[in-house]
Amino acid sequence: MTEGPGWLQTSLVYLGAAVLAVPLARLLGLGSIIGYLAAGIAIGPWGLKLVTDPGTILGVAEFGVVLMLFLVGLELEPRRLWALRRPIFGWGSVQLVGSALALMLAGMAFGVPWNVALVAGLALAMSSTAIGLSVLNERNLMPTTSGRSVLSVSLYQDVMAIPILALLPLLALAPAAGAAAAAGGGWKPAALAVAAVLVIIFGGRLLLRPALRWIARSDTPEIFTAASLLLVVATAALMHAVGLSMALGAFLAGVLLAESEYRRELETDLEPFKGLLLGLFFIAVGMGIDFAVVREHPLVVAGVVLGFLVVKTLVLFAMARLMPIPLQERPVFVILLAQGGEFGFVVLQGAQAVSALPAETASLLVASIAISMLLTPLLLLVADRWWAPRLASAGAAAMSEIKDEQEAPVVIAGFGRYGQIIGRLLAANGMSATVLDHSAEAVEGTRRFGWKTFYGDATRLDLLRVAGAGRARVFVLAIDDVEQSEECARLVREHFPQATIVARARNAEHYARLRALGITHIERETLDSALMSGRSVLELMGATPHAARNSALRFRRHSVELLEEMAPHINDEARLIAISKRGRAQFEQTWARERELTARRKGRAGWHAPLADDTGD
Amino acid sequence: MSDVLVIAAHPEVEHSRVNRALQRALAGQARVALRDLYALYPDYLIDVAAEQAALAGAGLVVWLHPVHWYSMPPLLKLWLDEVFTFGWAYGPGGRALAGKDLWLVASTGGPESSYHPSGYNRFFFDAFLPPYEQTAALAGMRWLPPLVLHGAHRVSEAALAAHVNTVVERLASWPRWPELQDLEAAAPCEVPADARPALEATP
Repeated sequence: MTEGPGWLQTSLVYLGAAVLAVPLARLLGLGSIIGYLAAGIAIGPWGLKLVTDPGTILGVAEFGVVLMLFLVGLELEPRRLWALRRPIFGWGSVQLVGSALALMLAGMAFGVPWNVALVAGLALAMSSTAIGLSVLNERNLMPTTSGRSVLSVSLYQDVMAIPILALLPLLALAPAAGAAAAAGGGWKPAALAVAAVLVIIFGGRLLLRPALRWIARSDTPEIFTAASLLLVVATAALMHAVGLSMALGAFLAGVLLAESEYRRELETDLEPFKGLLLGLFFIAVGMGIDFAVVREHPLVVAGVVLGFLVVKTLVLFAMARLMPIPLQERPVFVILLAQGGEFGFVVLQGAQAVSALPAETASLLVASIAISMLLTPLLLLVADRWWAPRLASAGAAAMSEIKDEQEAPVVIAGFGRYGQIIGRLLAANGMSATVLDHSAEAVEGTRRFGWKTFYGDATRLDLLRVAGAGRARVFVLAIDDVEQSEECARLVREHFPQATIVARARNAEHYARLRALGITHIERETLDSALMSGRSVLELMGATPHAARNSALRFRRHSVELLEEMAPHINDEARLIAISKRGRAQFEQTWARERELTARRKGRAGWHAPLADDTGD
Repeated sequence: MSDVLVIAAHPEVEHSRVNRALQRALAGQARVALRDLYALYPDYLIDVAAEQAALAGAGLVVWLHPVHWYSMPPLLKLWLDEVFTFGWAYGPGGRALAGKDLWLVASTGGPESSYHPSGYNRFFFDAFLPPYEQTAALAGMRWLPPLVLHGAHRVSEAALAAHVNTVVERLASWPRWPELQDLEAAAPCEVPADARPALEATP
């Protein structure tokens, strides 16, 4: 156990535990969060004792929560955040104050002193942002009413954690310690905090986009990833330095970048880090459960867990009814907010530091919160099996409300000359589309033009997923590179079968390859413009405009039919040549015969089939 | 095997009430083949061979359209121009449609009362139909008494449902319609050889 550097050992244990436990948990239908928590318990001081000091890893793991809030911020444009101000401050305070007061009264009813009961109430009223938002993401519930409500309440709790920590000294059991801690206040830290927020807001507005553009132009994907991470780390460090919540700062930075063209790319780059670090965070929570306390006072712990879950559930039910949240979304809303959360740990830690809480009570509460977090995924499973089916039939009508919040039903991959025309036609018809392009310059240019475009590589499955391909009705494949187009088509066919692909083909071979993937709406990019030019030539050579048009359209139909016939034999060159020869011969015969007929029927205009007598020549 | 061919033509079927309801009802009928011209040929490029093949298998041809400017929508007229060709539908050897029945199911915006010498349409509706009748005659088809729904914008739901039902029933029971008992088969309509320039003439 002593050889090799420490970090190697640690990574081995954590990664090994996660890789074993998470797939097992998913296999049992329990979800990844339970897997991480179980892995934590298994390797922790109460399991195999592979890790004995979970505190060391918790600091790193908390960065997962920071990253997650940055990503949540990326999804929320400032306009939408402003629209959320009422749920955040209104319903957020109802939840926090309501739950804390109810819990405090319940505690006092059991004979707990009021100040201890208040601290405990505040700590237990917090809900896990990490679990809440992970579940919302896993279930794609972010755009729903319940999703936004959970997010609003979580944000409010994150905001309030700071004043609560500041207030703790006033609730201290020993007044001397409290006074000492409270003396730290003053105008200077407050001014610094305001300055930091201003730096983030103006820096985000003015500097970040040009900086990201410059980095993107270097065309080095890993440097863009590094820049994404650096951005979040720097924001978190700045907020930490002035004593504000790191997660909140990251959230703010995310909101500021939500309107930028790099949003999707940032999301995609940070997603795996977020996932792993959050996993680490859950492992740390699992390791942190103090089973000694549980073993000593099993009934008290069970009572506290059950008690605070019931009290919070009652408050949340009342809220869900008044807000109102659609019936079938209520289970998720209630369960996600009823659990305890990581900010509860922070509050308890702070309370212990200023001795506002006896150490034993604190560890008992920590264990209760951790257990409630462990219970949450299980409760969700139970709700899925028994609760949701009953609500589904009752509230079918309410589901239609969420439509406007969903992603655009059209995704356009490739926004060059081809994709832009499609986008403009859609916009002219009042439709919106999510647009993806891999070139930073093209994205910048088209945005100046007034289009909402995102920078990213459309052959990456994860990026396609964030762009909303999973919900798109139509996927426009307008990428100019043949290889990438095929790769992207394959991914979309395989992973998002609900989307109909409308594809641009560079040439006949590309057409045939796309056809082989089962795509039916394919257009060769030069065919129609060349035919339009052909019409002009025919007209200049004496054909009437209408005759030229008919000729071009009929040529087009023949050409498409011939290509359709050739497509299945894309790899058989001899066959292709034979079909193409025969096709051309047929075509020329038909044309020659018609020219002959026209020539014979003097005075009869054009390429038309002969007309009935009385229509007049 | 469907022996009833419905040629439907409505340039803005998404705004239509009567024609859309009829098309929807007919799409599911066993003996009916429905060809929605504006859906098949949005670019006005009619596949003449396919249309002639569809006509070949039909005993009853139905034209289903709204009356626009006292006549048929332009794509149906183009269809007629391109599909009913000389030497196929009429003229020497043009017997492909002979013996078939042709039935018009139309709707008008104006109420029935407007199709009257004292109304703003000034003529009885029948006065607009001779071109249809003669088209049928030239192709050797029997012209059946048309079914016209007047005042299509204001017609009640009940009346519309009754109209749809009538059409569905009629297509199902053709040719056992009471009024067809005394309707004679169409007489061949010969075109004199010197009525138009011959195809084989040298320029």
